[in-house]
Amino acid sequence: MRLRLYRHRKMLRALLFFAFALICVVFAGPVEPVFGNTDGVTSIFRPLSQPAQEIKELSLLVLAICGAIFVVVAGLLVYAIVRFRHRAGDEASEPPQVYGSNQIELAWTVLPLLIVFVLILVTSRTIADIQNRQAPPSAVHATVIGHQWWWEIRYPELGIVTANELHVPTTDGGESRPTFIKLQSADVAHSFWVPLLAGKTDLVPNRENLMWIAPTRPGIYLGNCAEYCGTQHARMLIRVVVQPPDEFQQWVRDQQQSAAIGTSSAEGRKTFFATSCVNCHTISGTAAQGQFGPDLTHLMSRTTLAAGAAPNTPESLRKWIRDPQSIKVGSLMPNMQLTDAEVDQVVAYLQTLK
Amino acid sequence: MASQEIALTANTAPGTSLVDRLHRLVATVDHKELGLMYIGTALIFLVVAGLMAVAIRLQLAIPNNTLLEPEVFNRFFTMHGTAMVFLVGMPIIAGLGNYLVPLMIGTRDMAFPRLNAFGYWMFVFGALLLYFSYLGAPGLNGHGSAPDVGWFAYAPLTGRAFSRGHSTDYWILSLLLTSVGSTVSAINVVATTLTLRCRGMKLMRMPLFVWMMLVTNFMIILALPSLSAAQIMLLIDRYLGGHFFDTQSGGSAVLWQHFFWIFGHPEVYILIIPGFACLSEIIPVFSRKPIFGYPVMVGATTMIAFISFGVWAHHMFTVGMTSVGNTFFAVSTMLVGVPTGIKIFNWLGTIYGGKIRLDLPMIFCLGFLFQFLIAGLTGVMLAVTPFDWQLSDSYFVVAHFHYVLIGGLLYALFAGFYYWYPKAVGRLLNRKLGLWHFWLFTIGFHLTFDTMHFSGLLGMPRRIFTYDVGRGWEMLNLIGSVGAIFQAVGVLCLAINILRSLRHGKVAGNDPWDAWTLEWATTSPPPIYNFESAPVVRSRRPLWDLKHPEDPDWKYEEAGSGEN
Amino acid sequence: MINEASLLPVEATEWKLPSSRKVAIVCLILTETCLFSIFVVAYLFYLGKSLTGPTPREVLELPVFSTICLLSSSVTIMLAESAFKKEREKLFRVLWLLTIALAAIFLSLTAREWHTLIYDKGLTISTNLFGTTFYSLVGLHASHVIVGLCLLLLVFIFSLTGSLTQMHRQRIQMISWYWHFVDAVWVVVFTVVYVIGR
Repeated sequence: MRLRLYRHRKMLRALLFFAFALICVVFAGPVEPVFGNTDGVTSIFRPLSQPAQEIKELSLLVLAICGAIFVVVAGLLVYAIVRFRHRAGDEASEPPQVYGSNQIELAWTVLPLLIVFVLILVTSRTIADIQNRQAPPSAVHATVIGHQWWWEIRYPELGIVTANELHVPTTDGGESRPTFIKLQSADVAHSFWVPLLAGKTDLVPNRENLMWIAPTRPGIYLGNCAEYCGTQHARMLIRVVVQPPDEFQQWVRDQQQSAAIGTSSAEGRKTFFATSCVNCHTISGTAAQGQFGPDLTHLMSRTTLAAGAAPNTPESLRKWIRDPQSIKVGSLMPNMQLTDAEVDQVVAYLQTLK
Repeated sequence: MASQEIALTANTAPGTSLVDRLHRLVATVDHKELGLMYIGTALIFLVVAGLMAVAIRLQLAIPNNTLLEPEVFNRFFTMHGTAMVFLVGMPIIAGLGNYLVPLMIGTRDMAFPRLNAFGYWMFVFGALLLYFSYLGAPGLNGHGSAPDVGWFAYAPLTGRAFSRGHSTDYWILSLLLTSVGSTVSAINVVATTLTLRCRGMKLMRMPLFVWMMLVTNFMIILALPSLSAAQIMLLIDRYLGGHFFDTQSGGSAVLWQHFFWIFGHPEVYILIIPGFACLSEIIPVFSRKPIFGYPVMVGATTMIAFISFGVWAHHMFTVGMTSVGNTFFAVSTMLVGVPTGIKIFNWLGTIYGGKIRLDLPMIFCLGFLFQFLIAGLTGVMLAVTPFDWQLSDSYFVVAHFHYVLIGGLLYALFAGFYYWYPKAVGRLLNRKLGLWHFWLFTIGFHLTFDTMHFSGLLGMPRRIFTYDVGRGWEMLNLIGSVGAIFQAVGVLCLAINILRSLRHGKVAGNDPWDAWTLEWATTSPPPIYNFESAPVVRSRRPLWDLKHPEDPDWKYEEAGSGEN
Repeated sequence: MINEASLLPVEATEWKLPSSRKVAIVCLILTETCLFSIFVVAYLFYLGKSLTGPTPREVLELPVFSTICLLSSSVTIMLAESAFKKEREKLFRVLWLLTIALAAIFLSLTAREWHTLIYDKGLTISTNLFGTTFYSLVGLHASHVIVGLCLLLLVFIFSLTGSLTQMHRQRIQMISWYWHFVDAVWVVVFTVVYVIGR
């Protein structure tokens, strides 16, 4: 039995290969990923927006073509290996010494060229379709500015400045409300990638790029920075919050308000303004107009801190302010050397910034 | 037998002291010794950079792991990539070329032996400088100054403002040095191939290995300057206040990317074509037939070299080029796949109708064929720009290029190793250990890199030191990390095989594989002068002509059976 | 085994391959051409993109005399080569020295131009994009002239000590090829920087 297995190992290996390839094709389809949770899973083959949907359709075509090529060529290879194996006792002669064949060479040059031709046609059409899309009048316009290691998000027409969470309305049924996003960088190159919504586009300093999304289903869409940008590249996470139109309008209205001036944390407010927090952070309607760090006006409306490095809870906030390096080593926010009491006060104040 | 004795006395004179041997090592200008030194040094760095990869995989095995700190991780993947390309890939090519080309063209040594030695020592100097960075100035947080900017060091992350300390400087300077070594070695191989061929060896009678080395080294001559130029510009930015890539003063970060990839893309073909070269020698011998379509293979290789200089911006599809630019590079990238595919078909045509001997070199070649086919196809997928918009800078790309470089190039190099080690050392490698090497490594390779395709498809970006739970990446990464261990053990088997066979391997003799090119016409190892008298050839397979005087190749080649 | 190979009928044709020195120098020239091309591309790319500071038109003057010197040195080196071939040692030395002198004049005039630019016109490598690309490109060329000058000087010294013989004819030719390359690069740099750029 073992000897037979050994003799046919090339065939077995090829069969294993085919099985694996088959599993790959199955996985690539709309089948649920077996491993990991299903929420938070960002498969490019389960898009919920244009242009990711269009990309998926093109990708499936390309996968099918490549899969077919693989089956044919690998199949021929397996056949050749099995059929033309050297058999024991067959030492006598060398096989026919064939040097080549012009006809065969022509055939297997023309056929790939034809395949390439087809691929070029579909590719260029999709490129043009996605890149040349014009913004309709109803589109939302946002500007995302990459920083080491957080996202500054502005809505110039709406007068909103926030950080790390991009809120957009859904596009459904009659009215199309895509969001057109300008991408800039304040320091090094970054890349904006939310797989369920669109392909990635880079944020390059001294250059402005444009991308668009048109999500159809509300939810929170996760993404990552996809261009290595330094120490905390891994923790520069994106959250795109897609909301139904009325919820989005409410969010806009809330964000447009200046900071709530709560009375319960006057001490914290004082501490905040006495320390150099104001040099880096903006809280609209107050004297804090720093540009270097994220806008904190509506800090409590966000679900995470430090671009997804920690959840937005009082404990995390306390930890962050006491020593940012404990959550995100390499972070450019300095340790302000506050006492525990001061930290508690500042946290209490920040909690009022809803 | 006389040549055997001469070989013994020349290389292993009894009573040679350690000092004498070290002196010979430092002062040698013999292409064989330098070739082995190149390969030996490259293998050392393969192990070092490979261990770094194992460390990376261990860090990524579970989410939110704290095995490696972020800065350490970032240095590891930078050094792993830089070392694998410049301190493993390039010197192995130089070593293979230097060792085999003079033997295959029937000459005594390279055209410029002293230049050869100079190139090797420049490479060593550069390599040591790169790793010295770990010990150099404390840098930030006292972690040493190893480069942490990624192997392609995008601007402006590498500028003075964002890369304080000397990590980027070590990256630049060590690579400038190794580039001098590579360029010098390339000039040497081109000159040797064009000017020292033995009588009768017209260009279209050279072994395909020599053809492909010629094309590779010509590409090195043309491609490397782009990297060196960009690095000089970066040095000027960092030390003389220049603004080449200083975006605050109007400089362009994208310009760095263009210059880097104008080098970088031809570079990956420079890395793989020597793999093709090994394959084109080994497959015919173990199929017992000549290579199918020799002139087409030459033409296809030349076409690949030519077109590869026009595809670089497929690494920049996400940077925001116009739709015209994106389409152009998609087209050129798909076109470069056509001659590559033709070569796969020609190897297939060589195997077809042959009498396949499943010795170790051939087993690795077969692994190459399957794996390179997949790698090429994922490359075609990535050439489709919108698909690349999703998958660029993700683990899908990492899977693709490791498939090419490990599943392709490394397998071809392993094949070449098992094939030519007997020639260089005089002893065969052990078949059983070789099979262990093959199977362990193959299992590990597939565990690691097949799964990476999926993590890429599930949105996992590159170069992240950790990831959160709930993205669907956990199991895939764990499997990938297990695979790394298998690969390491596989390589260990190879190392044991090499060391054991040096003393106890079966004696190889001149021509253990019944092959047809000139290197098999002399002893194993060859004497310092290679051939007793200058060979004269009349066909592409001079030893076939000798072994089959009733049916020599030159009858068919001269009859013009579609060949000349 | 290989002795039997020589028993096979050999082709009647002559077996002549190019000189390895020539191939090597051509390869060197090719690689240097690629190097210069990248710097030229950077120069052209950044034309007109400087955010501040002096523009080419404001500060650059056509370096006519230094160009004539450098291009003439190509002529003198060609004449020197042919003198060497004809074994006219003295003439060779004079022409070779003339080449060196012309190269030195070119370098000193470049140095003077740079001095003016830096101290009088306020253009340094860090002033703006123009400054960076200008000094890099012209400086890269000048560094190649310096290397060539060292090679020329070396040959001249050897000719004085009597070490230079007809055996070295091809090496002299290779050095002159390198020199012609350096001059050709200057033609390109001149056109790009002083003609197109202004």
